[in-house]
Amino acid sequence: MSESAFRPASAGTSGPLLSVRDLHTWFELRQWGFLRLGHVRAVDGVTFDLKRGESVAFVGESGCGKSSLARTLLGLHRPTSGEVVSEGRSLGTLSGSELKAYRAGVGYVQQDPYGALPPFMNVRRILAEPMIVHGIRSREEREARARQVLEEVRLSPADEILPKFPHMLSGGQQQRVVIARALLLEPSLLIADEPVSMLDASVRVEILNLLHSIQAKRNLTLAFITHDLSTVRHYANRIFVMYAGRIIEQAEVNDLLEHPQHPYTQALLAAIADPDADNAKHQRDVPAGEPPSLLNPPPACRFHPRCPHFMAGLCDEEDPPDFEPRRRHWSACWLHR
Amino acid sequence: MARAPLLQVEDLKLSYRTERGILHAVDGVDLTLNRGEALVLLGESGCGKSSLAKALLRLLPRNVDTFSGRVAFDGTDTMTYSEERFRREVRWVRVSMVMQAAMNALNPVVKVGEQVAEPLRVHQGWSSERAFARAEEVFGRVGIAGDFLRRYPFELSGGMRQRAVLAMALVTEPDLVILDEPTSALDVLTQASIMNVLKRIKQEHGTSFILITHDVGTSSEIADRVALMYAGQIVEQSDAGSFFGDPAHPYAKLLMSSVPRLHQREKPIHIGGEPPSMFEPPSGCRFADRCPSRFARCDEMPPPLELPGDRRVRCWLFEGGRR
Repeated sequence: MSESAFRPASAGTSGPLLSVRDLHTWFELRQWGFLRLGHVRAVDGVTFDLKRGESVAFVGESGCGKSSLARTLLGLHRPTSGEVVSEGRSLGTLSGSELKAYRAGVGYVQQDPYGALPPFMNVRRILAEPMIVHGIRSREEREARARQVLEEVRLSPADEILPKFPHMLSGGQQQRVVIARALLLEPSLLIADEPVSMLDASVRVEILNLLHSIQAKRNLTLAFITHDLSTVRHYANRIFVMYAGRIIEQAEVNDLLEHPQHPYTQALLAAIADPDADNAKHQRDVPAGEPPSLLNPPPACRFHPRCPHFMAGLCDEEDPPDFEPRRRHWSACWLHR
Repeated sequence: MARAPLLQVEDLKLSYRTERGILHAVDGVDLTLNRGEALVLLGESGCGKSSLAKALLRLLPRNVDTFSGRVAFDGTDTMTYSEERFRREVRWVRVSMVMQAAMNALNPVVKVGEQVAEPLRVHQGWSSERAFARAEEVFGRVGIAGDFLRRYPFELSGGMRQRAVLAMALVTEPDLVILDEPTSALDVLTQASIMNVLKRIKQEHGTSFILITHDVGTSSEIADRVALMYAGQIVEQSDAGSFFGDPAHPYAKLLMSSVPRLHQREKPIHIGGEPPSMFEPPSGCRFADRCPSRFARCDEMPPPLELPGDRRVRCWLFEGGRR
């Protein structure tokens, strides 16, 4: 098939799997269809590389642009400016069929498994769908692949699972079907958007372990999006912390958790409660205010209105560049100047 | 003289008629809550914790099959109260509740302040002006500026709306507020600041709380005591220090080690298997199928056993108070 030409990775090629350069994804906001009210700057100047076989986590609160970033990487949103480069070609320059081929190489695991699975289709049909869309004509091959991915996500026996409808499965099983579906077209990049936030605590670990082992076995690049810093340690190599459409800190996972540099990351980590009865005895330090509107974000450093280390005349006037206060640990904050 | 506890629940049972048979959502729950205390009702989805909360406020759907047991406030059993008397004397007067996802259930076309003041007008017959003034005062307590009273829900962020529904639960000055997953839809920082508000209200006003959640970390932010629920029953009831530091029931132990922690290098483990069907719960211990310490006796129903320090554990391992 000609499709393979633009897949994000054919094994053996060197260089990053995906390069993102100064990416902006803005959405135009209109009233009554013609009054232009401005732009929602969901992703606003983001640059990074994804290496082959690594697992990265994008961490941030709702509305920080992490899902818009994911959807841009999936080719579902067109970048407003900047580029996403795969195999030396920018997504913005791909034709419709090339983009379709690119998408086959990117698996997507949605946040809400129940919402992600059509309720009127059984598992067999759900798994067949992407294969039909991407031109796998043989019914036998589709059935064989479906069984193989179900085994890979440890949903067995396949004979029992295939005829079931989503509502007959538990939340954990539904999420396994979503993961199985994402693996069908043998992607080289798997994007998981809050894959466990809708699941129970005991099931979360199971699903995260599953994603981790699939990633290792298939040597996939796994980009997962989460708001929960306490789960990332075991499941990611690198972390990107996002705030108001930008990446404000990035580092290897342990270095980031042990030595957070940006005041926002420090606040996020301080707000997490590891179970301990002493938590009830004191108030937690939480920066005042809320994340800014992406329609009209604050100038310069976007965290400055809430920052405990705010320096007038600097933080509100000049964009902080990425400083490297520790080796291979970047933080966009003027404190490091 | 020792006062009766604020809330005493004995052998509470609640089951529903469904197309698939009788669903035993709450199956023999005993609970005690003292004044000024915060009790966390911890459990995974489907364990019956929300049903239990709604049973306490007698907010029941139409398909109830059995609703029995004793629910006493200050020593007075309310199970015999008529619906009218319960509404007048208990619901939203002594006990109020923040429902799950309540912040998304605010009426979009009514100003927030009017909605917050509504319980005072409905349950206590206050005039609009007086109720509105009280609402303003309670807004201050939960950390929202007074001018937000005159805004509509869509003008408030998620955290603000959650504070507003909390204000709605506090506005009648109840002794007890039941919170059903009050922070699960919110971001980490917003969660932490809502928990700060709850801690402050508990300290300054002596309000008691029952917090229902599946999030072990958040639950430790306010808990004096923890009741862990599994398949319609409470399997462990302990003070927070013992529960988080030294859980007793095998399920509690597994649950605690499945919690990812920020400052822990070991990988969290997961609990295999699934909870039993609530249509025909097993006659023995309900956790037996998933329990690493299962033995012959587990197929009989384990009784709640008393442990030193006012702990209760529903597990044969603790027979005779031994560990």
